[in-house]
Amino acid sequence: MGLLSDPNRRRALISLLTRLNSPICVVCYMAGVAWFMGLAFEPFTLRTYMSENAMGSTMVEERFPAGERALTTGREFSAHKKKAGGMPVDWLVKTMQARGLEVFTQRFSRKLPFPDENKERYMVKGTNVYGILRAPRAPRTEALVLSAPCTPGDSNNQAVGLLLGLAQYFRNQIYWAKDIIFLVNEHDLIGMQAWLEGYHHTNTTGMDWSPLQGRGGSIQAALSLELSSDVITSMDLVLEGLNGQLPNLDLANLFYAFCQKIGVLCTIQGKLQRNDWDSVSGYSHSVQTMMLMVMKQASGRPWGDHGLFLRYHIEAASIKGINSFRQYKTDVTTIGRLLEGMYRKLNNLLERLHQSYFFYLMPSLSHFVSIGYYMPAFGLLAVILLLRALDLWVQLVSSPGVLSVLTPLVISHLTGVALYTLPIQFQEMAVEQFPVSETEAVVLTAIGYNVFLFIYIGWRVLKLVAVLYLAVLLGCTALINFSLGFILALTLVPVAAFVTPHVPKVLSAFILVILSPACTLLFSVFFFQELQELPVSFQEGWLLYLSVISQGILDHFLYGSLVYPLIALLVYPCWLLFWNILFWK
Amino acid sequence: MAAHRCSNCAALLILCSLSVFIVVDSQETTLNGGHHATTVHNPQTTTGTAEQTAEPAVEERRWEATAVEEATPDDDDDAAASDKQDTSAPETVDPSSVPQPKDDFQEELVIRPLHSGDIYASFQFRTVWETDFMRGNKVSHYRLFPKSLGQVISKFSVRELHISFTQGYWRTMQWGQPFQPSPPGAELWVWFQDSVTDVDGTWKELTNVLSGIFCASLNFIDSTNTVQPSASFKPLGIGNETDHRFLRYATLPREIVCTENLTPWKKLLPCGSKAGLAVLLKSEKLFHSSFHSQAVHIRPVCQDWQCKTTSWELRQTLNVVFDLHNSAQGKREWSLFKMFSRTLTEACPLASSSKIYIDITDNPQGEQFEVSPATPLLSQAVVLGDRRTFSVYDLTQQITFGTVRSLNLLIRWKSSEGDMLRPLLHAERYVAGYGLQTGEIHTLMYNNHPYRSFPVLLLDSVPWYLRLYIHTLTVTSKGKDNKPSYIHYQPSKDRLRPHLLEMLVQLPPNSVTEVTVQFERALLKWTEYTPDPNHGFYVGSSVISSLVPSIVAMDTNSTRERPLFSSFFPCKEESSYFVRVYTEPLLVNLPTPDFSMPYNVICLTCTVVAVGYGSLYNLLTRSFQIEEPSPGLAKRIANIIRKMRGVPPL
Repeated sequence: MGLLSDPNRRRALISLLTRLNSPICVVCYMAGVAWFMGLAFEPFTLRTYMSENAMGSTMVEERFPAGERALTTGREFSAHKKKAGGMPVDWLVKTMQARGLEVFTQRFSRKLPFPDENKERYMVKGTNVYGILRAPRAPRTEALVLSAPCTPGDSNNQAVGLLLGLAQYFRNQIYWAKDIIFLVNEHDLIGMQAWLEGYHHTNTTGMDWSPLQGRGGSIQAALSLELSSDVITSMDLVLEGLNGQLPNLDLANLFYAFCQKIGVLCTIQGKLQRNDWDSVSGYSHSVQTMMLMVMKQASGRPWGDHGLFLRYHIEAASIKGINSFRQYKTDVTTIGRLLEGMYRKLNNLLERLHQSYFFYLMPSLSHFVSIGYYMPAFGLLAVILLLRALDLWVQLVSSPGVLSVLTPLVISHLTGVALYTLPIQFQEMAVEQFPVSETEAVVLTAIGYNVFLFIYIGWRVLKLVAVLYLAVLLGCTALINFSLGFILALTLVPVAAFVTPHVPKVLSAFILVILSPACTLLFSVFFFQELQELPVSFQEGWLLYLSVISQGILDHFLYGSLVYPLIALLVYPCWLLFWNILFWK
Repeated sequence: MAAHRCSNCAALLILCSLSVFIVVDSQETTLNGGHHATTVHNPQTTTGTAEQTAEPAVEERRWEATAVEEATPDDDDDAAASDKQDTSAPETVDPSSVPQPKDDFQEELVIRPLHSGDIYASFQFRTVWETDFMRGNKVSHYRLFPKSLGQVISKFSVRELHISFTQGYWRTMQWGQPFQPSPPGAELWVWFQDSVTDVDGTWKELTNVLSGIFCASLNFIDSTNTVQPSASFKPLGIGNETDHRFLRYATLPREIVCTENLTPWKKLLPCGSKAGLAVLLKSEKLFHSSFHSQAVHIRPVCQDWQCKTTSWELRQTLNVVFDLHNSAQGKREWSLFKMFSRTLTEACPLASSSKIYIDITDNPQGEQFEVSPATPLLSQAVVLGDRRTFSVYDLTQQITFGTVRSLNLLIRWKSSEGDMLRPLLHAERYVAGYGLQTGEIHTLMYNNHPYRSFPVLLLDSVPWYLRLYIHTLTVTSKGKDNKPSYIHYQPSKDRLRPHLLEMLVQLPPNSVTEVTVQFERALLKWTEYTPDPNHGFYVGSSVISSLVPSIVAMDTNSTRERPLFSSFFPCKEESSYFVRVYTEPLLVNLPTPDFSMPYNVICLTCTVVAVGYGSLYNLLTRSFQIEEPSPGLAKRIANIIRKMRGVPPL
């Protein structure tokens, strides 16, 4: 640290950094991207391993026998669901009571801020039914949750059947140390949100729900089950939750370990694991898997009913049964045994799952990238901003007036506030005046304005502030949600690095628009479809894009997702500052 | 008249704080002996041979039996009627005529089939000894009374001692009220004699001694979990000292009860587990149940009806609930063998009375379940405000064991219909909110009585590491603010004592009363965390004590069987009964550091110190001076030449 005390060497270093600023920035960017792509390469990743000793060496035997009966119950449920035209509350209550559970119901209702066209709902009313298996000689302090959504139509009946079958089987066992809550929630995430808010007696989103009558203490872990066919070919694990939160890696390890033990094919992001990591196709496969996870995490949505548990520090995951055209089929008894094994191990837990990682990416179910490995990729991108800031600082001759930057900052943030509030405010008006669909109205009002700001101050000061602002913003985002931070950094960092008033205006403006958050989202939509091997035409893509935006806004209002306010209130104003710099006069 | 004094005294003690709020019609109690009035049951007994059909005869004899009962020194307030006497039993003669033995042992088992199909078995073993541990003379000869406890009483000047170990939570809504309520984990409350000067020190020693006697972690009781409730725990024995300076109350919600606690408990019995009812107490079955609770109560009681001298009563209770699905494989059929994997062959030879009671109240005509072998003996008692009928099996009679010389009671359900009467009072508690900074404790108290409101005493003892914001305390019922008429709050001191909150709240009829208080989670010092900090920290159960209006008073049918002149005013003994309800304990997560962190922290701090502090120190201590640039070669040569010439250098 001679730098502090030796003015000569300090000067030399700074001159080196300013002289070679652009090449260093380019190298950093390339290195960042390369590092990120390297994360999916198997030799660079770690094998997953069970960190929690309580779940590791202890052996459990799976004996669940009643798969066929569970399917019969599922069919019965389906019949009653059709008859009731929704959740068959009375039947469920009776069935759960017959299985020896303490049964309770919860009613909830929610008016959406604007109609949801994907799921065709606006005024939502529903009932959750849950039964608690009281653990013998346990004082109601800990609980585990198994949930299955009651979805309209024919899907997910088998999940409810299996849930009830497991309830019956679990009830006769003596070894439970934690209460087990069997939950059937209506209206998928909205019902789950109502139940969780009721359980924890909070109200973050303004939903109406009736208070819960029975509880089981603090919930240690939860699984959400989705199963729509009598036999399956593989089980898919979904981890991504609200705001990109992930459950403890041990939950994924547990699932993987039992799939291996019982011999069920298991996937993550719907992708099977491959052994040929040294071939190009093998590598691209794991890149695809990892990129899917990054995209899903960056979206900040809960990708299954489990997603909302994570806010309450409850480790949760969704398990989906997938029936494809493979030959080898797995029956419901086996899935029941898989779940039984997982619950017995979770039952053995002495502490909450905390031993393993909370921040990770998974290029396959057996390998993971921990935070220590993926953060450098982001760090390399973020260092570009710091280098540019240093360059600008050195170039500033006179001491900058801080107040002069205030006006553009305030104006751009006011625009951000407008972007945040106006879509909901004006969507009604837009619908009245133009024959556009609700979703489009929301989105069009959202992207309707691109404000040109012309404020006359020294652009270097403004840019310095903007670059530092972006660095802090991206740094904080990446700490909470790495994927979102990284994707934003990929597009915004080049913009921040090259924009000056002296570059060609039209071309730069075009690039700036292409790299704006809105366009990033558009590309992401196409890219995501491509990764899922469901390519879409531009027309479909555009519609999808609109619906994704409206879903994002809904997620914010319904579940408290933070991506929409983050983009509208912070990222977008920041991007406007760069736009401002470009059109400097 | 002495009986009266004694009884009023007992009533006073229990009710001390509550009675102000209860309207009791003491005028009407003279006939029935007021000393049982406000306790949890009353001594209505039936002569054993009474047939169900012979109603007037039963009535008549019941009253007679009551008179006998009054004369006996029982003043139980626990349930299950150890004082239900059968006139047919030979030993139960009027005690005034026969001189009492110096010590006396009774054992009994109450079995109650529950509506859920589960079965509840409650054992009580009672030893009464006419002695005085407190006088100067050392008691050295012990017969039935366990010596270990006798020494504890005399050494620590204990006036009353109540200790319970419970594994599981009593499910009030499914099982009704228990005979002896107890919170999950261990609970200990002790009244000391007023001669004790250093109560805290004595308490500390006592807990350590009891820890050894019962093989439990009672030594973890210290000042951070001990409180002195001002109103909730009144002495149950005789005596009129109610200064709560001599009371200590503590719970250990985390205590796990198992075989090692059962064995020392069984050793306190005169017959051990060799004979009598204790033969049934086999741990492999007792711990294969939904609920298990064992307790020891020691208290002074009146020796005779004049109450001139006192005896010591030791009451050992054990409650267990067997589960329909786990223990009975879903078959609604119970037998002693199925429950305990033993049958009974004899009573404890030392016991003066040894009986089994089966609650057949819901089954008067035998349409719900059948009991075999049948017994002609019946008994009736008001337990927890409800008049119950019991079949009685007297184990001291050889005829009870029949020809096979072994008693294996069998209860076979015929139908699973029928609803349980909802308990009038129950409570639950939970932690609301998310995140590791703040939270909110919600306590819900349900009054299911259709038209009567009644007051309850709520006792909350919260560890110091949950910092209660007492200004956020709210009590609401039916959406309206419900102002407690009495609040006793003792704030916590960090690492020294817990919060103590006692409130007297009136519960409106048919309502839920919600008590909420917010708290902040403290950050502990790193050595204060338990070895498993991510499990969470326990907060003991709240205790709700109340006088609940009786169900008997709600029932108009019961008045039909009685003379009209006796039933106009609601009787005091039937108007309300004492109930204690425990809520579930809470498990609260505190902000927990990653304990592998110290290593990282050491590394990081060392680096920061070395780099940051080092260079700063360097900057501060270095003396700066302008350094002469070293002269060039030509200049140096020139200077040498000038030096040789004797001219000053350049």
